[in-house]
Amino acid sequence: MFGIEDPWIWMAYLLIILSALACVVYGVLNWNKDGDDTPTEADIKWAKEEDKIGDEL
Amino acid sequence: MDISVLAVVAILYLGVIGYLGFRGYMATRSTSDYLLAGRTIHPYVMALSYGAAFISTAAIVGFGGAAAVFGMGLLWLTFFNITVGILIAFVVFGKRTRKMGHHLQAHTFPELLGRRFNSRFIQGFAGLIIVLFMPLYASAVLIGAARYVEATFDGVSFEVAVTLFSLLIAGYVVAGGLKGVMYADALQGSLMFLGMFILILFTYGRLGGVHEAHRQLGRLPSDIEAGYQELAPTIRALAPEGLDDDGLLKWFSEQITVYRSSNALQDEAAKADFIAKHPEAMAAGALLASHPVLRSKLAINQLSRGGFQGWTRMPKWGSNFFYVLVTSMVLGVGIGVLAQPQLAVRFMTVKSSRELNRAVLVGGVFILSMTGVAFIVGNLSNVWFAKPENGGAISIASVPGGNIDLIIPSFINSALPSWFGALFMLTLLSAAMSTLSSQFHAIGTSIGRDVFERGILGLHQHQSTVLITRIGVILGLLVTVSLSFLLPAGIIAAATAIFFGLCAASFLPSFVGGLFWRRMTRAGAIASLCAGFGMSFFWVMFVQMPKGQIPAILANALLGRPSLLSGPVLGIHWNWTEALVVCLPLSAITGIVVSLLTQPESERHLALCFDGIGADKDQSA
Repeated sequence: MFGIEDPWIWMAYLLIILSALACVVYGVLNWNKDGDDTPTEADIKWAKEEDKIGDEL
Repeated sequence: MDISVLAVVAILYLGVIGYLGFRGYMATRSTSDYLLAGRTIHPYVMALSYGAAFISTAAIVGFGGAAAVFGMGLLWLTFFNITVGILIAFVVFGKRTRKMGHHLQAHTFPELLGRRFNSRFIQGFAGLIIVLFMPLYASAVLIGAARYVEATFDGVSFEVAVTLFSLLIAGYVVAGGLKGVMYADALQGSLMFLGMFILILFTYGRLGGVHEAHRQLGRLPSDIEAGYQELAPTIRALAPEGLDDDGLLKWFSEQITVYRSSNALQDEAAKADFIAKHPEAMAAGALLASHPVLRSKLAINQLSRGGFQGWTRMPKWGSNFFYVLVTSMVLGVGIGVLAQPQLAVRFMTVKSSRELNRAVLVGGVFILSMTGVAFIVGNLSNVWFAKPENGGAISIASVPGGNIDLIIPSFINSALPSWFGALFMLTLLSAAMSTLSSQFHAIGTSIGRDVFERGILGLHQHQSTVLITRIGVILGLLVTVSLSFLLPAGIIAAATAIFFGLCAASFLPSFVGGLFWRRMTRAGAIASLCAGFGMSFFWVMFVQMPKGQIPAILANALLGRPSLLSGPVLGIHWNWTEALVVCLPLSAITGIVVSLLTQPESERHLALCFDGIGADKDQSA
């Protein structure tokens, strides 16, 4: 397959393409899942401190 | 290429990145703006920002060059990069890291571990490991970029290239590059995408397409053997009588060593005398110079002794090459990515788990086009260089000193159009800068926040923290640059693998336990961290021989031996085995056993850590 004889090699070649495709499929299927946009108090406090660290750097 | 091109490209690059960074900064003035003010960030930007920090010149130049020697088996690392480094990292680890990080108000990776286990020691010690060892990985990235400049621009030595890049990094840091504006990172990721896409198109195009290029690569060892057999009678005429085939090749190899040593002689009279005393070596040298296939044959002969069986075949089972490829490169780097401090913190900056779901889409394709392309091109460079019109010898025999770090740069300069050289310069500048900025960010926050202010020292003097953070970044930069000069040639892949392995053995069990196992205790995490780091350090210093060849540092310095375990023990060559393979399981077992023997953490603390995560999520629903 792909001009490669050793199955351990063409399998790796095939799997890198399939795994990248799996990422695409996962992204499409879950595009709108887990979207919790309401920030909690912890999120607000965290973000402000993160800004401070960034500015100081 | 002229050095002025480098200057123009570098200035243009800094200008555009600076402008975009400023625009991005003004548009999304702060993290809180982004996270809290209802703004959205495109998943492409998030994925490329992460990917650009993940993939560096170490992956493209260092591992791409290693692929030219280890063969296409290195594609298993790409498979791990995508499945572990993107899919599992984003979906399994990323979502919990983000939630727990926010609940615990953690801003660095050591702080996340420290707060999860209520331990200033963990935060400080983990920070110290990052401060001390991150420069090793940063230097691998810097060397990768410098090797490209060295190979591309006329009259630029490696030392000058490292100095130029160091100045660029310093300029980047001073210009606020450490703030990590996602849009600037995403532009860098886009440049990397573009450069690598063109690279693979050209490479396959020049070699007759995917199938044909692979077929030529698979046939290359037998073509070289056939070329050698044609010349064998000529060599035999020079050699002493009675040598068998192996003996003849060995004799020829020895004569070439003698011939090359004559080139090192400076004194003309001494050289003439040496030549007169070694007529066979000079004749063998002349034969080698006029028949590049002999250089390939000698190189393959040496690789075969390590277990090489061809570029489209896995190395021989149990050989030196097999251990280095599988344990160090594939497993060490492939699994080690999960515990990379500069990457784990990126999950905390996303707005919701939805962003991570979306980023997986782009992330997988991005990694495929980075390491997948680099490793395939590294392999196929052999076919290109072995063609008579391109020199006639395989990659490792075509680059100065057999330095594998020069293979990708040399291939791009000779096989691709010159305009691509300048574009690829941008690709590599982006790959280097985006990773280096995340590394120096990690070094700075580790020394300031984790070690000094909140960790081991616990000195709550905020003004001093800022100063110490800045000093930490400068010192980190100096150590990185110094290491770039001190490390041996062809070290990029090995240095990266060592750092990834060290991080995995030290941090991964407590990171996994912290996110997924409520029963993991502070004592268990401390034991795992200390055992993982201690054993890894011991392994790297006394047992593991980087690249399966370089002596372990302290075993060599203190005991005069390349490794404490030189031969096989219980049928395993431990000296070729990556620290991660041995130390990660031991570190995990230590963490589990000590946790089960000690009191669980308080329910109140666990409720805070796991609020909205796992079982707590189900309860709250």
